[in-house]
Amino acid sequence: MPTAALPPATYTLSELMVAAAAREIRDGEVVFVGMRLPLIAFVVAKRTHAPNAVGLFENGVIRSTPAPELIYTMADPPNILGATQCLDMLGVMSLLQSGRVHLGFLGAAEVDRFGNLNSTEVRGPKGMVRLPGSGGACDIASLAQRYVAVLEHSRQRLPERVSFITSPGNGEGSGWRKRVHLPRGGPSAVITTKAVLRFGEDGEAYLASAHPVSSVEDVIAHTGWKLRVAENVSTTPEPTAEELKAIREYDREGFWTS
Amino acid sequence: MSKLLSMSDAIATLIPDGASVALGLQLEQMIPFAAGHEIIRQKRRGLTLIGPISDILFDQLIAAGCVERVIAAWVGNVMMGSAYNFRRAVEQDGLRVTNLTNFAVALALQAAAMGVPFLPTRTALGSDTALNNEFFTEMESPFHAGDKLHAVRALAPDIAIVHVQRADRNGNAHCWGNFGVMVEAVRAAKRVMIVAEEIVDPEVIASDPNRTMLPGFLVNAVVECPYGAHPSPVQGYYKRDDAFFRQYHEQTKTREESAAWLKRWVYGVNDRRDYMNQLGAGRVEELGVKQHAYAVQTDYGY
Repeated sequence: MPTAALPPATYTLSELMVAAAAREIRDGEVVFVGMRLPLIAFVVAKRTHAPNAVGLFENGVIRSTPAPELIYTMADPPNILGATQCLDMLGVMSLLQSGRVHLGFLGAAEVDRFGNLNSTEVRGPKGMVRLPGSGGACDIASLAQRYVAVLEHSRQRLPERVSFITSPGNGEGSGWRKRVHLPRGGPSAVITTKAVLRFGEDGEAYLASAHPVSSVEDVIAHTGWKLRVAENVSTTPEPTAEELKAIREYDREGFWTS
Repeated sequence: MSKLLSMSDAIATLIPDGASVALGLQLEQMIPFAAGHEIIRQKRRGLTLIGPISDILFDQLIAAGCVERVIAAWVGNVMMGSAYNFRRAVEQDGLRVTNLTNFAVALALQAAAMGVPFLPTRTALGSDTALNNEFFTEMESPFHAGDKLHAVRALAPDIAIVHVQRADRNGNAHCWGNFGVMVEAVRAAKRVMIVAEEIVDPEVIASDPNRTMLPGFLVNAVVECPYGAHPSPVQGYYKRDDAFFRQYHEQTKTREESAAWLKRWVYGVNDRRDYMNQLGAGRVEELGVKQHAYAVQTDYGY
């Protein structure tokens, strides 16, 4: 992107995360979009570097153009208007299972050292906390060619092992997905409120870049295991003016990105 | 034969205590809230709720004490996150929940729709969702030794409740937008109830058979109920009432607040007309279609 980045005070953390998520989408890819922040990341990617990306939504919608106005859920009427196709869940899940989806986005309450995700229940000293559940997350993590998770960064949210694997990542490490007969895929990035983590050949997460507001030490201190750091660890690029324009024209009141 | 019934008669006739009820099958669109509220008013007990994601209707039925078991992939408030009554019921009251994934819900219903005991899939291998779960078992492909898959067990709800744009009195129904797992749920269910924004002449439905997502012979009851899906959206009729979902989140944090919410929006109104009056003409006007977007005509001539 030739556009110069704006100084830090001029964008929010959520805007940085949306821009980082959008950049995970390569032009021409088929993307399983998911809920919340990724809804906007898809729009931003479409309006900037990935105009030919195709979005799949588990309600059965396929879009080649971004929804004309802000959506809160994938079934909001603007996501239907002008869609490429509106059919059923079995249809889009079949495309996912047969390997045609390059990238899927997921949220979660917890992500661990090997990129396994928990969105079902958390057991702690105060007892069990029930979360909403998988939705399509387990399906995306199981079947997409790669997936990206987006969540808040804290020691609680990034434990060494999740207490419940809702959506399988690299399990216990390299080779695990093949051993349990998952057909492909696995985590390619975790975008948090502090950093971007990526995954090594051994299936374990490492710190690839810290956001401008976070130091490497800060990220390590707020991670629930001894997080490895890339030799060439960098600072997460700030959102460009073009990306910020795409975000703000869409999320005018900052519901997702304030 | 006309299958038209009032909402109260349809619920009274079709949904006994202990029934398994599939709801919210088109995901965040066209959720049959009016039917759910009538179930609450008629004080059904011991229900099993089935659905992929439910948005806040499952939470309301749980708050009202109608529910014994949930078979679903996701229960919450889609734009806000968790739903408090579901959380309380699981964490404190021991509500029985069977965790599925969206794809597994679709496959379980499709298996029942096809009359087979299971369907194979590659989803959820290595996921704890599949452990100790009666809907999943590992299997090997009968055609390729060593090819391990999950079998997902068939699930046939006692009744599926589906909201649509328009239906005729015989239960043939047009629906557009996204379908989620509606079609397979309708084929899987033992009984089907349709709630329609409008009842139209059979000729209107027959004029566009590709839009007929439900054939009348599978349908037991048709209820006319304008705005019956509010606060969820119905394409071409009204948009999503986002503020209502936000307010529900704010107004149901405790049991007492949830009881007050139900008293105001469910027990305190007789029917959907009362409910919409309480919502107010200004709000209803605001939710209405501002710019129509008609599809081109389709020529079925020959």
